[in-house]
Amino acid sequence: MIFIYDASFEGFLSAVFTAYEYKCEQPIIVKKEKFIGNFFEEIEEVITSEEKSNRVWKKIKAKAGSRGSQQIYWAFLSELDEIENTLFQYIQHALASSKDITKDYAHPAVLKVAQTVKQVGREKHRMDAFVRFRKTKDAIYFATVEPDFNVLPLNAKHFKNRYSDQKWCIYDLKRNYGIFYDLEKVEVIQLELPASILDTSTNFFTTEEIQFQHLWKNYFDSTNIKSRKNTKLHQQHVPKRYWKYLSEKYL
Amino acid sequence: MDFDRIKEKLNILADAAKYDVSCSSSGSKRQNKKKGLGDSSGMGICHSYTEDGRCVSLLKILLTNHCIFDCAYCVTRKSNDIQRAAFKVQEVVDLTINFYRRNYIEGLFLSSGIFKSPDATMERLVQVAKKLRLEENFNGYIHLKSIPGASDELMHEAGLYADRLSVNIEIPTREGLKLLAPDKDRKDFLQPMNKIKNEIIKYKSERKIIKSTPKFAPAGQSTQMIVGATNETDAQVMYTAAYFYKKYQMKRVYYSGYIPVSYDARLPSIGTDVPLLRENRLYQADWLMRFYGFSIEELLNKDHPNLDSDVDPKLSWALRNLHLFPVDVNKAEKQMLARIPGLGMKSVYKILGARKYRNLNWEHLKKIGVALNRAKYFMVCNSAEWQKKDLSAMNIKSLILQNSNSKFRNTYNSQLNLFEKQDGLIQY
Repeated sequence: MIFIYDASFEGFLSAVFTAYEYKCEQPIIVKKEKFIGNFFEEIEEVITSEEKSNRVWKKIKAKAGSRGSQQIYWAFLSELDEIENTLFQYIQHALASSKDITKDYAHPAVLKVAQTVKQVGREKHRMDAFVRFRKTKDAIYFATVEPDFNVLPLNAKHFKNRYSDQKWCIYDLKRNYGIFYDLEKVEVIQLELPASILDTSTNFFTTEEIQFQHLWKNYFDSTNIKSRKNTKLHQQHVPKRYWKYLSEKYL
Repeated sequence: MDFDRIKEKLNILADAAKYDVSCSSSGSKRQNKKKGLGDSSGMGICHSYTEDGRCVSLLKILLTNHCIFDCAYCVTRKSNDIQRAAFKVQEVVDLTINFYRRNYIEGLFLSSGIFKSPDATMERLVQVAKKLRLEENFNGYIHLKSIPGASDELMHEAGLYADRLSVNIEIPTREGLKLLAPDKDRKDFLQPMNKIKNEIIKYKSERKIIKSTPKFAPAGQSTQMIVGATNETDAQVMYTAAYFYKKYQMKRVYYSGYIPVSYDARLPSIGTDVPLLRENRLYQADWLMRFYGFSIEELLNKDHPNLDSDVDPKLSWALRNLHLFPVDVNKAEKQMLARIPGLGMKSVYKILGARKYRNLNWEHLKKIGVALNRAKYFMVCNSAEWQKKDLSAMNIKSLILQNSNSKFRNTYNSQLNLFEKQDGLIQY
């Protein structure tokens, strides 16, 4: 049976609830936007329900602990194809087992989830590192990113702790939403951004801002030791797809 | 801010600071307070990587490269004909804050040439840190250099504002130091190191009683040694490191392959290759000591004064101790798993976790992501097949080398003949 949901985490948990309700042991759970139709299987469109998702979440937390539930959430944010099905098997295994299954790496779903969490964690960490704020004329530290996975919800806390005395916004251009901190709390926002936002022009940013980017680029170049050049290692750490956000690389 | 002037100084003083390899920004636990700027309670973050592949996590600069000393191995030495510059205290503060706010860095690593006197220099470094903490409410990471010969009072003050302090011993042997840095005295390095160590211990024990005791250098101390500038052996380097880890409770000892910066006849000439492979092997040995439960005597001793260049030190040790293998991965204790060549601590923990559920076989291990290229010769699992066949150490080594690729292969192939006599494997 195929369960279609609205792409939200609550929607996914509601789908898990519904699959259990139907006693379906090998459901296919798929986001509505990704579903391309199927003539052979029965299709159920799941309506996201706070009550159902809360019940599932509570049960998962009780069985898989805070570690297991965190793993499920992080893996979900990967948005990988069919990750929902793997997560369903993971949840099945957790609910059926009497002990903590989060380290049972010889189980295929546990291994896949652990590997996915690692990938998501790496991307989250990269965002902590590669976000480059640019100070706008109205004194907001603004950054644009296009992470491989939907990690911004995981980054909010880190940036809030660190930059608690400045307004900042990190905007995911790929998914068209951002997180904005207004000196009190972090909120999810959606903006209509001009295409030229990627250029650092004095239309949006202070002249001082552009000077600091050049200073940083200068620093970056001076700190390199030419006789130890190791391009392979450099690119392994800073993959090319991130360069367009790093002033030390694009200036 | 006069950006052109700052840019010029930054280029000179960042260039001069880059030979200090420490870039760590972890281990501090300093949290953001009173809605200030910054937080260094999490893990360290590398915000970028230079083209030589080293991490950039701190703004690493010298306050000035004017120096009254003339250490042969140092680019900033008095007799070197280079451009000199000096930052004002406020300039360093402004740079740090502005870089930090843009998420370029985790904090500041401030070192300096020694101008006028050790105390005058140390005092200026402390001023920067104090301003950042007290005036800017900055909670990012601060690493200050302890200036050899600085007074205890200044070192105490430094510890109150800095997360980490370091003093580089640079030359591993007493004789080497005498040859290359005749103005420097070993005890001048050790005095600030000792002061900081004692204060850290004191503050820690006080905090157990009075919780509000301020932090004192919460990320501890580190030091650095240059390798390949004198003709020291690996054993001399690593025994010195082990001594500093133990006696001064160092958080880290860094090893920096000597980069020729001088035509001085006492040193390798300009154009000589940086000993990258040797540096790599020393770090491997350092990790084995700190995280894998090896004692220094097991890795380096009278019979083996140098680490092998063609295989890593753990494999080298295992080949000398084949009687301890194979290890049963389903039964062995953690410390023995950690001694299997090719197994990192992450793999060890994965095995410990996974074997609770079922006996692991080769297929399981592969799926978990355990690298078996080296490990398979040293372990057994829940499977009838294993690579026993009474292979000799020489056989195992050549099998492993045939199936592995290393970017250093050219380096050690050319070095092999030179090292053959010292190679521990000859006895097999």
